Amino acid sequence: MLKDEDRIFTNLYGWFDGGLAGARKRGDWSNTKELLKNSPDEIVELVKASGLRGRGGAGFSTGLKWSFMPKEVTDRPHYLIVNADESEPGTCKDREIMRNDPHKLVEGCLIGGYAIRACAAFIYIRGEFYNEAQKLQAAIDEAYDAGLIGKNACGSGYDFDVILHRGAGAYICGEETALLESLEGKKGQPRLKPPFPAASGLYGCPSTVNNVESIAVVPTILRRGPEWFAGLGREKNVGTKLFCISGHVNNPCNVEEEMGIPLKDLIEKHAGGVIGGWDNLLAVIPGGSSVRCIPKSICDDILMDFDSLMAVKSGLGTAAVIVMNKQTDIIKAIARLSYFYKHESCGQCTPCREGTGWMWRVMERLATGEAELEEIDALEKVTKQIEGHTICALGDAAAWPIQGLLTHFRDEVEDRIRSRKKGLVELQAAE
Amino acid sequence: MSGNELAINQPEKFEFSGENQKVIETIIAKYPTGRQASAVIPLLDIAQRQHDNWLPKAAIEKVADILEMAPIRVLEVATFYTMFNLKPVGKYFLQVCKTTPCWLRGSDDVLKCIGDKLKISNGETSDDGNFTLLEVECLGACVNAPIIQVNDDFYEDLNYENTSLLLDNLRDGKPTKPGSVIGRNQSENIDGATTLTTLRDTEGAVPDFLKTET
Repeated sequence: MLKDEDRIFTNLYGWFDGGLAGARKRGDWSNTKELLKNSPDEIVELVKASGLRGRGGAGFSTGLKWSFMPKEVTDRPHYLIVNADESEPGTCKDREIMRNDPHKLVEGCLIGGYAIRACAAFIYIRGEFYNEAQKLQAAIDEAYDAGLIGKNACGSGYDFDVILHRGAGAYICGEETALLESLEGKKGQPRLKPPFPAASGLYGCPSTVNNVESIAVVPTILRRGPEWFAGLGREKNVGTKLFCISGHVNNPCNVEEEMGIPLKDLIEKHAGGVIGGWDNLLAVIPGGSSVRCIPKSICDDILMDFDSLMAVKSGLGTAAVIVMNKQTDIIKAIARLSYFYKHESCGQCTPCREGTGWMWRVMERLATGEAELEEIDALEKVTKQIEGHTICALGDAAAWPIQGLLTHFRDEVEDRIRSRKKGLVELQAAE
Repeated sequence: MSGNELAINQPEKFEFSGENQKVIETIIAKYPTGRQASAVIPLLDIAQRQHDNWLPKAAIEKVADILEMAPIRVLEVATFYTMFNLKPVGKYFLQVCKTTPCWLRGSDDVLKCIGDKLKISNGETSDDGNFTLLEVECLGACVNAPIIQVNDDFYEDLNYENTSLLLDNLRDGKPTKPGSVIGRNQSENIDGATTLTTLRDTEGAVPDFLKTET
């Protein structure tokens, strides 16, 4: 188990003062000016060396992403965009950072922004997080007042602004280009890529979009050295990670743990175990609703990191672990996710707009058994026709939970259809 | 994509209050010159807060006017994002999350309680005008599921009984502290946090790591 002194978010549970004075006690802002004596390229190299992979779901190297930004600022300013539109079902980690440890994020904005030669960071927070936005804004105001950001930030000679922007309820704005559209005052409909944001992002300027957790860990990584971060976890899957454990566990919770912790340890040591015991486990969605579920047989010894979960055709995603025990109607649980994607489709691409609704309607019938066996194959085929055929990954995200269900629980789906048919026949015979 | 439509009964005019006009100036100033359209969501939000938590057509047009946007562009935004209410809502706007993590923890019981007590279903407002119910998608507090958002505040770790109590308190105007209703601090294990316990005395300060690094 990770030792407390290796945890980055030491105010994860809000026990202590989240303001500037408290943050300073926890080491934040302690030597930011020194850190900014590194050149932007040096910081990018340090973050690359730490092995930090994006914490928002895709797991792309943060340092490498930064290195895609132009090396010179020309007539177009650079922007850092922080994706705080935390809406992936199961995920509630960035909320804790923003309400309890907001200075880690603000300081991360300055350092990350400096590394990509940005003049400002925009933090796009989901609109429902009203109280969290108040706390984060208070931290930003404190940082301005103390000269930590703004003109000559931390006395470094570098000018940097941090602007908090509240969204208004749209899951799709967590997709980076939809987020940019929304920030520009439009509907949140994803853009075609290329051009990628590093070439043409916010207002057509070079931009990098990073998750809250990715940015908030950067100052600590630089303070303790990339080798410290890279020394946790296993190769290519390093560092610490915030996990959100929800669903059928005795004590749902958020926890910061070492990357690659066994799923079973995570559930048993931190979340009080599965309701009804480990043997009562049915399946886990290990990385937020968009990844494929894994059955108990895989859960028994799977490690919680990007590559381990990828190898079983699931994913670490946002590390939001949704636990389902044997009392769960898993067909209904996945049907509920299908409704979510139907509700959140932006309506731009036909396969997603029409397909998410179609899949949801079939899933609802599979949940009651009012379907034909052939429809299972038809559904699977449709998921493949949506996957990869849309501008953004929402189409994929809608397809994967269903594919996971059909891969691991096809028997259950078929049984329900058969038993309903059998029930109907018996009913007719009785009449 | 929300299927919002404008309310039938519309006020003729909408003006921002003097105080809000000042706030609006500071908001627009946060964005680069010529990019004032970025302020459309914040301004619609202010308008909604000023106007009993719903947006009349006149407010949408007012925002378009201030930001020099075509009214249809602002209407697009107002109808795209689910947090904008285009029709009047009750004093307490109950948004019940029923996405899978909340559903697994009993969001059906929360909804049943609201139905039993207030006799309203999704999208309806109670007869006394106090409560409007909306079933929503993931609110992002899944380890504290199930959740209701009441206006700006989250109420967490709900079940049938404590939802009932919450509704009583709201109706009677008794203040109820937002957050967990079962006495949990925030998102730690309710039987006692499993991490960070050794750092309690140090207020979360990690001991001396700066000194060990060169």
